[in-house]
Amino acid sequence: MLLKRLIVCLDVRNGRVTKGVRFKGNVDVGDPVDMAARYCADGADEMVFYDITASAEHRCCDLDMVARAARALSIPFTVGGGIRDAADMRAALLAGADKVSLNSLAVLHPEVLTVGAKAFGRQCVVLGMDAKRVPASSAIPSGYEIVIRGGREPTGRDAVAWAKEAVDRGAGEICVNAIDTDGVREGYELTLTRLISDAVRVPVIASGGAGKPEHLTAVLREGHADAALVASMVHTMGYTCAGIKAALAADGIPVR
Amino acid sequence: MRGPCRGALLVYSMHMVTILDYGAGNLTSVRLAFERLGVTPRLITSADDYVRGRIVFPGVGSAGSGMEGLRARGFDALLRREAAAGTPILGICLGMQLLLGMSAEDGGVEGLGLIAGEVVPFDEAKDPSVKIPHMGWNTVRHIGHPLFVGVPQDAAFYFVHSFFARPQADADVLGRTDYCGENFASVVGHGSLVATQFHPERSGAAGAQVLRNFLNLEGPACS
Repeated sequence: MLLKRLIVCLDVRNGRVTKGVRFKGNVDVGDPVDMAARYCADGADEMVFYDITASAEHRCCDLDMVARAARALSIPFTVGGGIRDAADMRAALLAGADKVSLNSLAVLHPEVLTVGAKAFGRQCVVLGMDAKRVPASSAIPSGYEIVIRGGREPTGRDAVAWAKEAVDRGAGEICVNAIDTDGVREGYELTLTRLISDAVRVPVIASGGAGKPEHLTAVLREGHADAALVASMVHTMGYTCAGIKAALAADGIPVR
Repeated sequence: MRGPCRGALLVYSMHMVTILDYGAGNLTSVRLAFERLGVTPRLITSADDYVRGRIVFPGVGSAGSGMEGLRARGFDALLRREAAAGTPILGICLGMQLLLGMSAEDGGVEGLGLIAGEVVPFDEAKDPSVKIPHMGWNTVRHIGHPLFVGVPQDAAFYFVHSFFARPQADADVLGRTDYCGENFASVVGHGSLVATQFHPERSGAAGAQVLRNFLNLEGPACS
């Protein structure tokens, strides 16, 4: 049976892991590779390294860190942040990343999804999308709008329509990050996650809002997510991956 | 080929691992997984560079370009010769699929045929709720082959694929996994050939154990 995945996200700022709240205010919580190795040993199914300062500094993600992570980890990992084009994707994959996450770049230059999928296989191409609840309109019928540049810039695009288009163009997986719940720890955006998951036939990762194991159970069941991403729960709130998985298993969610 | 026992033991020392690089995807993670076990594999891009020892035959991508890449580097002949000689060979993902006969990918591609059978796509109609490719951790029920020493039944491994192997002989199936209405062959083997559809190099402790077991598989019997 295909198992539900627990993914741990590390926001990397200047080589250190930080955790932000609604994209504002960040606290230092450790060395990314050391932390990732610890989460790997603790039962995380996958890791995401997000270089949150790379884009603003117009550079690719930290390839030395990617190479160190590849050496240390025996589970798949994704890198995001700072990927500017297919050449950056190639560099990250050659450094040892399994997948590359594209967010604002995919919205601004959607052809990069196709180029990446053709060159490296769609399983390497993760669409990261930040979505925000808005009043439903003819332009945004789902009531969720895509925002870019770290949530600062609305695009006028419907999240569900964008998910479908991105998959048609080559995205092999979608990480759905709900801006409204990110960092708030009161649960994932179940409706948004379910809308996206039901609209596409690629795996969907729910992101933004995890504060306790019940939140993961809810999004994996009612949100139809294939995987749930956590950050502060394991970085600063005292939960372990093993503990979260035991709670999920007790709830009847199939996990490793 | 017959040789002195001492020679055979040396040839198949667990530390001699050659990874075939035939342009089918990135081999970094496979190489690093062996390095974590204390083995430094040699990557070769031509059959002429093969000396001796265990062969790892990984690969991600499509069957058509994979077979082209193999032929261009003489690896098809190398694999046939070494399989016949009893060299331990580990196929991974596309490497596994290319060991079989016909693949339905790319409009039909003739594989190496070292394991009788075919490679076919998952049929979405069999289970409309599943997603293709089959991506993520799934469980393996194995038959107790030496490749799975110390690996519990239903241990989970990491998969990424849309096609799967359908060996003709049940004896060539070493493990099975359920997905999309299929109980498909996720581990196959024949003689000294073993192969996994999943990625042991990305499958945590269980995957590392499979790789360790591969390093312990015996080569040709001494005679």
